[in-house]
Amino acid sequence: MVSIRSISSDPGSLSPNDLPWIIEHREDRCTLCGKCAAVCPVNTLKLTYMRKRMPKIVLSSTERGSSYKTFVGIRQNTDVGRRCIGCGSCAMVCPNEAIHPTHNKTDRYRFQNTKGGEAPKRGGRRNEPGPTLLDKISFNRISMLTDPALDAGRHEFSMNTLLGRVLPPEEFIRRQTTGEWIPPVREIFPFIIGSMSFGALSPNMWLGLLQGVAYCNEVLGIPVVMATGEGGCPPWVLKSPFLKYIILQIASGYFGWDEIIRAIPEMQCDPAAIEIKYGQGAKPGDGGLLMWYKVSKLIARLRGVPEGVDLPSPPVHQTLYSIEESVMKMIQTMSMAFNFKVPVYPKISGSNSAKSVLNNLVRNPYAGALMIDGIDGGTGAAYNVSMDATGHPIASNLRECYLDLCAQGKQNEIPLFAAGGVGKNGNITQNGMALIMLGASGVHMGKFIMQSAAGCLGNEQNRCNVCNLGICPKGITSQNPKIYRRLDPDRVAERVAETFMSIQTEMKKVMAPLGRSQSLPIGMSDALGIGDKDAAERLNIRYVC
Amino acid sequence: MCRLAMKTANKPFSPFSVLTAMEAMQEGYDGSGLGLLLRGLEFTDYKYNQEDPVLSGIAHTEAALSRLHAIMNERGFVLKYDHEFDTDMSKIEAKDRHKYVLRVFKKPEAWNSLTKEQTEHEMMLTRLALRADGEANNGDLTAFSLWPDVAMIKEVGWPLGVGEALGLESGRIKSRVCMAQGRQNTNWGINLYACHPFFIEGIATMTNGENTAFLPIKDWLSGKGFPGYIGYQSDSEVFAHILHYVTNQLKLPLQAYKHVITPLKNSELSAHPQGDFLRGLRDVCRRLIIDGPNAVIGTLADETTILVMDAKKMRPATVGGKPGEWAIASEMCGVDAMIPDRDRSKDFQPMREHTIIIPPDRQEIEIWSQFDQFPLTQAA
Ligand code: SF4
Ligand code: SF4
Repeated sequence: MVSIRSISSDPGSLSPNDLPWIIEHREDRCTLCGKCAAVCPVNTLKLTYMRKRMPKIVLSSTERGSSYKTFVGIRQNTDVGRRCIGCGSCAMVCPNEAIHPTHNKTDRYRFQNTKGGEAPKRGGRRNEPGPTLLDKISFNRISMLTDPALDAGRHEFSMNTLLGRVLPPEEFIRRQTTGEWIPPVREIFPFIIGSMSFGALSPNMWLGLLQGVAYCNEVLGIPVVMATGEGGCPPWVLKSPFLKYIILQIASGYFGWDEIIRAIPEMQCDPAAIEIKYGQGAKPGDGGLLMWYKVSKLIARLRGVPEGVDLPSPPVHQTLYSIEESVMKMIQTMSMAFNFKVPVYPKISGSNSAKSVLNNLVRNPYAGALMIDGIDGGTGAAYNVSMDATGHPIASNLRECYLDLCAQGKQNEIPLFAAGGVGKNGNITQNGMALIMLGASGVHMGKFIMQSAAGCLGNEQNRCNVCNLGICPKGITSQNPKIYRRLDPDRVAERVAETFMSIQTEMKKVMAPLGRSQSLPIGMSDALGIGDKDAAERLNIRYVC
Repeated sequence: MCRLAMKTANKPFSPFSVLTAMEAMQEGYDGSGLGLLLRGLEFTDYKYNQEDPVLSGIAHTEAALSRLHAIMNERGFVLKYDHEFDTDMSKIEAKDRHKYVLRVFKKPEAWNSLTKEQTEHEMMLTRLALRADGEANNGDLTAFSLWPDVAMIKEVGWPLGVGEALGLESGRIKSRVCMAQGRQNTNWGINLYACHPFFIEGIATMTNGENTAFLPIKDWLSGKGFPGYIGYQSDSEVFAHILHYVTNQLKLPLQAYKHVITPLKNSELSAHPQGDFLRGLRDVCRRLIIDGPNAVIGTLADETTILVMDAKKMRPATVGGKPGEWAIASEMCGVDAMIPDRDRSKDFQPMREHTIIIPPDRQEIEIWSQFDQFPLTQAA
């Protein structure tokens, strides 16, 4: 049968009501300035003149029955690629609050986002709104009458953690006596800015973060470190004294390592650590992916590749053959490159198999830590299905690994770092401290710091999340100077400092009532409670109701 | 809160004098129990040889006592003296105390070929075997210590009352060191093992205040796989085990204990002559950092006494005395009661950085500050 073309009934056609975000525009407030249409990162907005009929009952035959009126309205592009992403930039620039996006929970876009056979990709993290398991953990062991509680405002608190292989005390004393090598250990703040690459982030964002980190270290005395992600580090940073605040990441594409290796002789100080990325929580089994729009001249130079090409990293380190070899060889090679003076540790995706990696590390005297990234971790670009459904939640994965180390008496030797959804709902300190008390030595945060320090608009209702396209409305994840100049590095730095100051205060507010101030309460699970029996049992903490 | 009293003197004295000090401090505690450790023993009824191990504990039933007998026999111990307390059971709350055990044994012949360390280890294993046997039988047998020259008593009730119930005022038992603590661990339900002092391989400690870092410390010690690092019915037991770990396993000088449980801050370490070593020590022993308000009083096998303060000095403790005789108590009135005829102006209340060491000759006390040079081991 031949279809009737006059009705738009193409299988893929969508009306504005089918889109995940619907724009509401109030003509009575609109001044026709056009700022919203200009700022819209996906060009979905079109301010147009529209005409409408004004029916009138007319009895005289000389007059026309209806008149027409023109008005100004918004047309919302219904192409899948140009749908409104709900970023709210239009609302931000509108002088009269005449426009804003509203979330549509019953969209049909989700069935149509496979145009051209492309599986949907995006940035952000798992689209699962609502409180996370970490949000539900509370700190219940209050030291009150059994002992005077500490004063968060007055007492001194030791809140730092260690990154690097810590020897068993007997072995430390033996090596100290014989003058043998003692593995490098860094004392750092337990909240770490997780790996986000220089290609994923805009130069302004990166500069802002680094400035903020330097300020935390040098002015506030909070020893914050940040990780680069794959893709190297600008040469001026490699040769600067700020390198000591940076964890350099090497991943399966080895992008950026030519520059790093070449810079070694000129380095003024050692990097904080080397992170070998084997996996990532947001997209286990996938390598990094930098889309061609983001491979600018600068990025191309840093990574040693041509401009404007997609840069996918292989899912695994191609040169490696088995877990033993992979872990052993890479860790040793990296340790040697930095003269055994820099902690080297692997980062893996949360997985049922995390324990086997861990046990491998326990036997490797050069392994400096293990970082586990859970399913709620963020990324700059990944397939939806990887982000939403692949991986392992961090809490139980970390806990299992920690208890495994405890059973071997090795919990002080290999620090575990946890990531993946820390601060997803803003409760950064609570989430982080819960993980620490479950056994983490520290936590990494990526998306949170973007949200907190740079105003990232993304959320778990799929707001924005176009980090992969290089059109980031805030200039955080774009390599286009016209866009990223929106982001003032100084303001980012200020927000980084503010964020860490407040985390520090909140940590004291958590530790003081628990009667802890002398050391970070790693593994203090007797202080934790959760109102979910199954989770309590799985995490081996108290069920409270 | 717990009240602590410790007296050490060249001339043996009756533990009852320390119990009276507990009485002087009575306002500060609930008097729910008594823990007593005596070292440097002297019996009026028996000439004791300092080398012979002494078993302290409670057999709650007849059957438990005979199992105790069997276990000791089987291991080759020969009973030399069985101290019969002049008990007045009407003064004891608990009704299941069949016999307070304080027995002197001759070491098994088979141990003659063992080194000192091996012998000590065997003694600990025997104590643990007795304890395990009791635990397997509804807790009908409690073993507090098995060690030469050490006796221990733990009981529920008002300390002075317990002392009277066991006839301690008669002076039939005397000792050169007496540690006493006046409370059962009422925070977590009563268990005799949870009462201070805690004992392991000749080392004993008692503490006031809660140890909030207990669980991570316990997890770490348990993970060591050392058979004696068990129990932990009280959060304070770890203080004894850490002291044991530092001195017996790491073989570090006594002063290292302070550096392990309350390490210096970075800024302090960078000004310290052995800052690098101590920072390394802090990192490797990080899980042994204590938290919470604690004053730790400990005694060692050679009758050395130490007193260590927490890092914020949130708990009081006073030391006072004269050459040959010293007392440490959580309250000054406790020291007064134990050694009234001393020069009070010389009493010392240690601050957060201090460790007080009273050496076995008891001539003078050593006030050691954590900021001072650390007695060099080869490692440092
Ligand atoms: S919310 Fe963002 S994407 Fe949607 S119309 Fe406004 S500016 Fe464009
Ligand atoms: S604001 Fe930028 S970084 Fe944040 S979700 Fe949108 S595109 Fe990604």
